[in-house]
Amino acid sequence: MAFLEYKHVRIAGMASGMPKHISSNLHPGRKEQAFFTEYTPEDFVETTGVEERRTARHLCTSDLCYAAAEQLIKDLKWNKSDIDALLVVTQTPDYILPATACILQDRLGLNKECYATDMSIGCSGWVYGLSAIMGLVETGHFKKALLMVGDARRRAAGPPSPLFGQSGTVTAIEFARRTTPVQFHFGTDGSGFDAIITPDGGSRNQFSAKSFRQEDVEGKMLNRLQTRMKGMDVFSFGITTAPKSVKKLAEHFGFDYLDADYFVFHQANMKMNDLIAKKLKLPAEKVPSSMRHFGNTNGASIPNTIVTQLTNEAQNKRFICCGFGVGLSWGTVAFQTDNIVISKLVEVKDKIATDYVV
Amino acid sequence: MDLQEFVQHFAEQFDETDASIFTPQTKFHDLEEWSSLIGLSVIGMVDEEYDVALKGNDVKGSVTIEDLYNIVKSRI
Repeated sequence: MAFLEYKHVRIAGMASGMPKHISSNLHPGRKEQAFFTEYTPEDFVETTGVEERRTARHLCTSDLCYAAAEQLIKDLKWNKSDIDALLVVTQTPDYILPATACILQDRLGLNKECYATDMSIGCSGWVYGLSAIMGLVETGHFKKALLMVGDARRRAAGPPSPLFGQSGTVTAIEFARRTTPVQFHFGTDGSGFDAIITPDGGSRNQFSAKSFRQEDVEGKMLNRLQTRMKGMDVFSFGITTAPKSVKKLAEHFGFDYLDADYFVFHQANMKMNDLIAKKLKLPAEKVPSSMRHFGNTNGASIPNTIVTQLTNEAQNKRFICCGFGVGLSWGTVAFQTDNIVISKLVEVKDKIATDYVV
Repeated sequence: MDLQEFVQHFAEQFDETDASIFTPQTKFHDLEEWSSLIGLSVIGMVDEEYDVALKGNDVKGSVTIEDLYNIVKSRI
């Protein structure tokens, strides 16, 4: 039974950094047209709900997280020297080694007496990352910590998918002697390990010239460094697992999930999210969505939805958030906001990096 | 579980294909409007109406609507 509860930790703030550039799905660029072989851009937008997304050619995850973190630290009026821990959750780290968190510790000018590491997980990433960093802060040894969840530039070049947007989010966590409990439920089904997978570049299939071989994956030509997805399997997994996880959490901790003010689900695609909300009988006004303008932003889609859709409505509210995806992996969290600081969306100009470049 | 009703639910997932052409023997992959996006709708419909979780291979491996009906029926 993978349940967790913390009683001495709170979410102090949230921020999101996104590229300034908007890519339209209804008017795809030349490279993006390669994606629309099986259906038209209009059909794609109608089914997924993704009209446009933020993209950049050069910005990496750390660039977006850095911009968001600078803004949030300023808005929170935190002292950088008080930040004890930094956890980065991403599938697109700047380098295979070192951890992106180490680069961000230096770039943000945080104390060297700082716990910093990365976590590799996808669309359930914000919930998993939150549980991990809250667990560190719950002890009272660490007082302030940052969780950064984001994905930007992919690891390998190729036609971009119109589903995904780029972002880097920051969630600030603080020790609190008295607060409302934060409750979690988690699950994993590794039998679906290949439902979403990047086959080459790890040590099972080492990177080689063969990695560039184009393969027909469900009608799309992809090389082995690009992430491939069994769309129907993932869809089926999402619509069954997410509602169950919400119900399990409520049952275990003895509350009525319908009492929550907001339900923020991983922004997978509109069809999937509509079905999840319907299965839980949730009223539409309690289920914010950021898919239309920002697309599926992987593990960061929950904080992105809160930052962009609930900027001024997130105060003193009860949230239930559920992330699900690659792994297969899922997690649900229930928390109450109290004096939360939500920074305005930080838009980052695309540019070629000169620092932390080898 | 009723075969005619299943065919009707299946047909409702299509916008442009005339509902009258759908029969249990329809080879749905051959329909011009069929795409993986419609496949998602079918999976959603089966989950909603029959509380059965289909896998991608269930849909890909079925030739006719009746083939899919039989898979769903065996899991209820």
